[in-house]
Amino acid sequence: MDLLSRTATCNSHGQESSYFLGWEEYEKNPYDVVKNPHGIIQMGLAENQLCFDLLESWLIQNPDAASFKRDGQSIFRELALFQDYHGLSSFKNALADFMSEIRQNRVSFDSNNLVLTAGATSANETLMFCLANPGDAFLLPTPYYPGFDRDLKWRTGVEIVPIQCSSSNGFRITKLALEEAYEQAKKLNLNVKGVLITNPSNPLGTTTTQAELNILFEFISKNKNIHLVSDEIYSGTAFSSSEFISVMEILKNNQLENNEVFNRVHIVYSLSKDLGLPGFRVGAIYSNDKDVISAATKMSSFGLVSSQTQYLLSSLLSDKKFTKNYLRENQSRLKSRQRMLVTGLEAIGIGCLKSNAGLFCWVDMRHLLSSKTFEAEMDLWKKIVYEVKLNISPGSSCHCEEPGWFRACFANMSEETLKLALKRLKKFVDNGILPRSCQVGESQSLKSSRKKTTMTTVSNWVFRLSFHDRDAEER
Amino acid sequence: MVALTAEKQDQNLLSRMAAGDGHGENSAYFDGWKAYEENPFHPINRPDGVIQMGLAENQLCGDLMRKWVLEHPEASICTAEGVNQFSDIAIFQDYHGLPEFRQAVAKFMEKTRNNKVRFDPDRIVMSGGATGAHETVAFCLANPGEGFLVPTPYYPGFDRDLRWRTGVNLVPVTCHSSNGFKITVEALEAAYENARVSNIPVKGLLITNPSNPLGTTLDRDCLKSLVNFTNNKGIHLIADEIYAATTFGQSEFISVAEVIEEVPHCNRDLIHIVYSLSKDMGLPGLRVGIVYSYNDRVVQIARKMSSFGLVSSQTQHLIAKMLSDEDFVDEFIRKSKLRLAARHAELTTGLDGLGIGWLKAGAGLFIWMDLRNLLKTATFDSEMELWRVIVHKVKLNVSPGGSCHCNEPGWFRVCFANMDHKTMETALERIRVFTSQLEEESLKQTKPMAAPTMMAKKKMCWQSSLRLSFKDTRRFEEGFFSPHSPVPHSPLVRAQI
Repeated sequence: MDLLSRTATCNSHGQESSYFLGWEEYEKNPYDVVKNPHGIIQMGLAENQLCFDLLESWLIQNPDAASFKRDGQSIFRELALFQDYHGLSSFKNALADFMSEIRQNRVSFDSNNLVLTAGATSANETLMFCLANPGDAFLLPTPYYPGFDRDLKWRTGVEIVPIQCSSSNGFRITKLALEEAYEQAKKLNLNVKGVLITNPSNPLGTTTTQAELNILFEFISKNKNIHLVSDEIYSGTAFSSSEFISVMEILKNNQLENNEVFNRVHIVYSLSKDLGLPGFRVGAIYSNDKDVISAATKMSSFGLVSSQTQYLLSSLLSDKKFTKNYLRENQSRLKSRQRMLVTGLEAIGIGCLKSNAGLFCWVDMRHLLSSKTFEAEMDLWKKIVYEVKLNISPGSSCHCEEPGWFRACFANMSEETLKLALKRLKKFVDNGILPRSCQVGESQSLKSSRKKTTMTTVSNWVFRLSFHDRDAEER
Repeated sequence: MVALTAEKQDQNLLSRMAAGDGHGENSAYFDGWKAYEENPFHPINRPDGVIQMGLAENQLCGDLMRKWVLEHPEASICTAEGVNQFSDIAIFQDYHGLPEFRQAVAKFMEKTRNNKVRFDPDRIVMSGGATGAHETVAFCLANPGEGFLVPTPYYPGFDRDLRWRTGVNLVPVTCHSSNGFKITVEALEAAYENARVSNIPVKGLLITNPSNPLGTTLDRDCLKSLVNFTNNKGIHLIADEIYAATTFGQSEFISVAEVIEEVPHCNRDLIHIVYSLSKDMGLPGLRVGIVYSYNDRVVQIARKMSSFGLVSSQTQHLIAKMLSDEDFVDEFIRKSKLRLAARHAELTTGLDGLGIGWLKAGAGLFIWMDLRNLLKTATFDSEMELWRVIVHKVKLNVSPGGSCHCNEPGWFRVCFANMDHKTMETALERIRVFTSQLEEESLKQTKPMAAPTMMAKKKMCWQSSLRLSFKDTRRFEEGFFSPHSPVPHSPLVRAQI
């Protein structure tokens, strides 16, 4: 009898993955401007570190909230005991308002329809447990956040069937691709319970267009047992709020409040990207379906948000002056930083997918591949990690169907570091160390094995072996 | 129960898991919570309200905690003293957890086990409270359809935590009042055989030590026999030690961590501990759950699963600072035990004076009260009837033994650490009034009675004088489902935050 469950043991397959190398290398040799200026620069981590100054100054100006006081009285005891899975109502109200504000109040959110969870990781898993049975499938447009393989499938038994998107139309979801995915699921005898999109997209950095949303809504209107989950974790990172269209807006604009489709559209949110607070583990599910809310609320017992965190954030987000200024500054800084990366890459002859959101760019390095294969993509990636000393994410890890695309993050470092990263890349491209031929690749002393990387291996999520490995929360 | 519309069920719009009852909240036992929520006791505003004695919270040392927090602004990343750490902590989402957090928790675990064992910080894995820890352990150790043995009576939440989303079964190991509810090897073997007959492969034994709801601790020999039993069968032993520091009086808590050092050839890959700061420190709101496993693979997998319920880094930082203050921790543990002992004594002395029995135990935040002699018949229906009288007439929310899967009706769990002294006095007074009403009724008989006959008269009398009105019974039969959490706000806290 196996000592552990199948769920526990199935993970060992992922440990063969080569992505391990990028992280491992970074950990062994992390860049530090003073202590390790030749170390590897981390560009694989979608964190938003651009606006901490705004948060810190708010804290200094609001000492009561910061020290668990209300009207000068410590409420620590109350917070210490508060474990109601309905959540702190002042926090949920503030969060609902914040979500509305991000959407420029084109829609409003009812805090009774919000369920708090331990990060979006937990929100996504919980929604799967609520909407799908083991063996059911969700359709996801590719490329997608690698973490979904764990969050949506691991303990739930749900399957993911990709909606293949290609560079030929800017990776937009097409009606044909959606239908093909649906047919593919049927061929595999999988019952499709929903479609899950990330809007704005990770890793593309683009907002979902009206046309794409129309296709999706048409699909779920036709198929009345299919849900639409929209992970809007990057909603506050859209450089211009008017370019981001939430699924809730589609429902409102088409006056679908009394249509049964109203109950089949759900949003996942989190403060990890917009506010740059991934450590606080604040996620949320928003749904108009009371039964989903009821079930998800009970399930949230397995991952409630710390009461101390709820309290701090309820004060922060209730300060409308702060949120208004923050959202605007955040968008502006992200946009400038993205510009810097895009123009820097352009100068080296490297293009990016035109993006209007997110903490990263979807970089086109197809012309640098020795061949149009994922193997060549891996070779290129290894060179970028070991030689150029930049940890970026290869498209295959995001299930991209075409080799040669990479996700590079720009919001988790200082301007100087970004400039340095571009300088390094430029140097290597100029010196021809990233040529089209593969002869240079052979002579590099790469630590990795030369074994063939199959599609399955490269598609798996990275599972770390050592005790001291880094977390895999990055998006 | 909030029924799904027929349409929804037909379409299977939701998962079976979401549509079903696995969450356990449709149980009739939630009526006690509802009664409390509708009419919560408040010494000034609602002196006739229901007193919450069904919530196992440790509120006796909140003042010490509060004082420490006020005196240590640097423990918060939001104060002027601590804000320089804000951004580093805010972005920290590594599922290993802050090293200082793990070290501080390991140290605290050692202190609460009288420093008889060492805990390795690298084996400390975070979870969303003990609730999250139990579910994670179940996901790691058992496949759907497999089972864990659990001695009865046990914490009702296990039915949800271990089974709901995991598909794992719980197989009761029946314990009897005749020997103080001790776990015997015979009972373990019987349960193991029952599982086999029911085609449930047993993957482990889950014990709660100190016990909820009994408040008893396992002695060294018993623990050794449990380690031997599980080792011999090649199954896991999961010890929920969430009440480790709630021992008082002469009672000593012996952790399974200590015992495995004394068992020759113990297979440590089968040994796991679930822990939390919710009871020992009275911090349930902060959601600090811990999985501590001696099995390296389980540590790795549980750590990956912890992504679904990491402890907020803000909280990790606070706890790291607080638990590193050894003087504070030593003082806290010391005072907590004294206060628990005192409150326990207050309750039990009061009950002794009223002739009400309780299981002798030296830990926990509750007592296991014996009201078997007040049951009309030795049935769970009778227990429910008595319970409704206690909730609606005596106005105390206590937990009936049936909800804890006790094999024998008439036992009730009564919590004492979640209220102040005055509330305890009020609760005892109400019990006194209840029992004296029973006395009065039986004294209406002219002849003095022998004690057993007196009890028999009392039995009849509470039914006649305290019979529920038709209206009260109706409420239960409707099966009204409360939209509220089964874990209501603490009685010391009004819902104003």
